[in-house]
Amino acid sequence: MKRHLLEAADLDRADATLVLDTAAQIDAALAGREVKKLPTLRGRTVVNLFFEDSTRTRISFELAAKRLSADVINFSAKGSSVSKGESLKDTALTLEAMGSDAIVVRHHASGAPHRLASWVKGSVVNAGDGTHEHPTQALLDAYTIRQRLGRLEGVRVALVGDVLHSRVARSNVGLLHTLGAEVTVVAPPTLVPVGVGSWPVEVSYDLDAVLPKADVVMMLRVQAERMTASFFPSAREYSRRYGLDARRMATLPDDAIVMHPGPMNRGMEIAAEVADSVRSTIVEQVGNGVSVRMAVLYLLLGGRSE
Amino acid sequence: MTNYLIKGAKPYGGEAADIFLKDGRIASIGEHLRVPGADVIDAAGLVALPGLVDLHTHLREPGREDAETVETGSRAAALGGFTAVHAMANTDPVADTAGVVEQVWRLGQQAGLVDVVPVGAVTVGLKGERLAELGAMADSAARVRVFSDDGMCVSDPALMRRALEYVKAFDGVVAQHAEEPRLTVGAQMHEGDRSARLGLAGWPAAAEEAIIARDVLLAGHVGARLHVCHVSTAGSVELLRWAKARGVQVTAEVTPHHLLLTDACAEGYDPVFKVNPPLRTAEDVAALRAGLADGTIDAVATDHAPHAVEDKESEWAAARPGMLGLEQALSVVVETMVETGLLDWAGVADRMSVRPAVIGRLTEQGRPLAPGEPANLLLLDPSTRATVDPAALASRSRNSPYAGRELPGRVVATFLRGVPTVLDGKAQK
Ligand SMILES: [Zn+2]
Repeated sequence: MKRHLLEAADLDRADATLVLDTAAQIDAALAGREVKKLPTLRGRTVVNLFFEDSTRTRISFELAAKRLSADVINFSAKGSSVSKGESLKDTALTLEAMGSDAIVVRHHASGAPHRLASWVKGSVVNAGDGTHEHPTQALLDAYTIRQRLGRLEGVRVALVGDVLHSRVARSNVGLLHTLGAEVTVVAPPTLVPVGVGSWPVEVSYDLDAVLPKADVVMMLRVQAERMTASFFPSAREYSRRYGLDARRMATLPDDAIVMHPGPMNRGMEIAAEVADSVRSTIVEQVGNGVSVRMAVLYLLLGGRSE
Repeated sequence: MTNYLIKGAKPYGGEAADIFLKDGRIASIGEHLRVPGADVIDAAGLVALPGLVDLHTHLREPGREDAETVETGSRAAALGGFTAVHAMANTDPVADTAGVVEQVWRLGQQAGLVDVVPVGAVTVGLKGERLAELGAMADSAARVRVFSDDGMCVSDPALMRRALEYVKAFDGVVAQHAEEPRLTVGAQMHEGDRSARLGLAGWPAAAEEAIIARDVLLAGHVGARLHVCHVSTAGSVELLRWAKARGVQVTAEVTPHHLLLTDACAEGYDPVFKVNPPLRTAEDVAALRAGLADGTIDAVATDHAPHAVEDKESEWAAARPGMLGLEQALSVVVETMVETGLLDWAGVADRMSVRPAVIGRLTEQGRPLAPGEPANLLLLDPSTRATVDPAALASRSRNSPYAGRELPGRVVATFLRGVPTVLDGKAQK
């Protein structure tokens, strides 16, 4: 493993598989236990440095670190004096001086974790940077797929929605390719980046054509504000052409699953009856997020079981 | 004043000769000149070129003296072999009145290291709404001939047309920062494969090319001079070639960094490589070099853009665009154009001195190395290679994209009207 986890490309196939296997071992070790806690990172300090609100991701990392017995500091920079870009470096050096071993960072600017990693000696984990990547989301998605379908090699994944602005999409494209899955991105052409031709994916503008051949449909959050910048004419039209409703879900192969990184816009990209169906893995994804993040922190910080 | 006898320099890289500078002019050039009383400078092996002229420098004064001043920028320029620089108008206050351009011009005179030639803003406050008093700036002591809203594009086509027409009255030129603003909202880097992967909002080549296409048509229609700043794409070179073939009075510049660096520099997200227009692809770099070689692009201009540490040591999106250029411009041109065989030394003189002086209508700059001409020249050691150390630069800022890079060529001496501003590679004041 590299020292940092900044993007999916930091993981080769062996590393990515190791993370997933470690998460599975952690799950097994904790299964049925009343006290869901391992002593592996006792005495270590993990800082959650969040420049952007994301309660769910922060809580997931916090729980992961605490279950490994690490000390956790939550540092919400939003709205405070350090919310300005100039002080990112100062913040990083301050946290390091306080003895942090790992910094989990969420930032609104793409590449902020890379900058951080160039300034600190400890590990940096990207918990989502701008429109760049969110690698632990991709890991938990891969973990969930493997858990449900039993494999990743050759699995056909449709990634549907705002690919252009999605860090989840970028991380999943990279990681799923590394793990041997076949990815098709599905979106209106306005929400596919210029340069997608260099990605290891198929591109389709037609959701109905893709669904019958998909083992996994991963729906991406689409913000209604995109409509004001003319990425699509209206929420209704978007939903009609690219939303996953019950009728569309019925065209999927029998074993296919439906995923969403959350938070969902019910009625926009995903219909309520789809989100709540047996195909949906949305609740499992949340639980798996903690296990996968435990595995990442454990492997990066070189923790040993006592 | 002291007279100088430069021994054994190679004018334009040709046969070695002695050059005698007397009373601010080149008195004579020849073999084995003997001039009692003159200071002798041993220039064996050095290439002599006319003093460089920059069409595009940001000196930051008034307003951001923490990043650069007219004096520190002038020193950086002299060390780079320049004898004249055009100071861009996007200062604070904006150089949109005779008062501000005269202030900048006087500061340049006081520093006395290069001729500081102020550029006047096209529109009041660079707002793109109404014309600044272009005539007053032209008639001022600063004698402004180049007008630019650089940093901002004069995107309103009607306003651009009027500006092009209006400056004809005093033989001025509008220097356009070609960027269709509606296509670059939030843009961070060249839009292509790398921006897609890095998740940085794209700055499409078409945003530059669309404005150039429009402006050459306008300039042709009204019979005015147009200058295009920092051309960065292969498509722009093609448009310029087309316009010149049609007889449009258009000139263009390219920066050293666009001749050398590509969007690959954005990997790692170090904002020292964030610049506007952004670094482009290797294909664009090749087209820019070819365009400069065949004269489609007239000039190399630095777009020297000093920034304080806190404006660069941040995440990419929060950083200001721009990079230093004055002190390494000639070295980069040697690396990208001379060592590749695309330009000879006369070509370098043409693109970095002669043509920019003509575009700026500077009559005493960009002149040939010949008896009777003003003694504005530089001596370059083309055989040295050195690694760029930002801490050693004369600029007040440190945002050099060439940090740690080895580049060829060292400016040994620069003369401004016969007075050495640089000797032995050191600024003389
Ligand atoms: Zn500009």
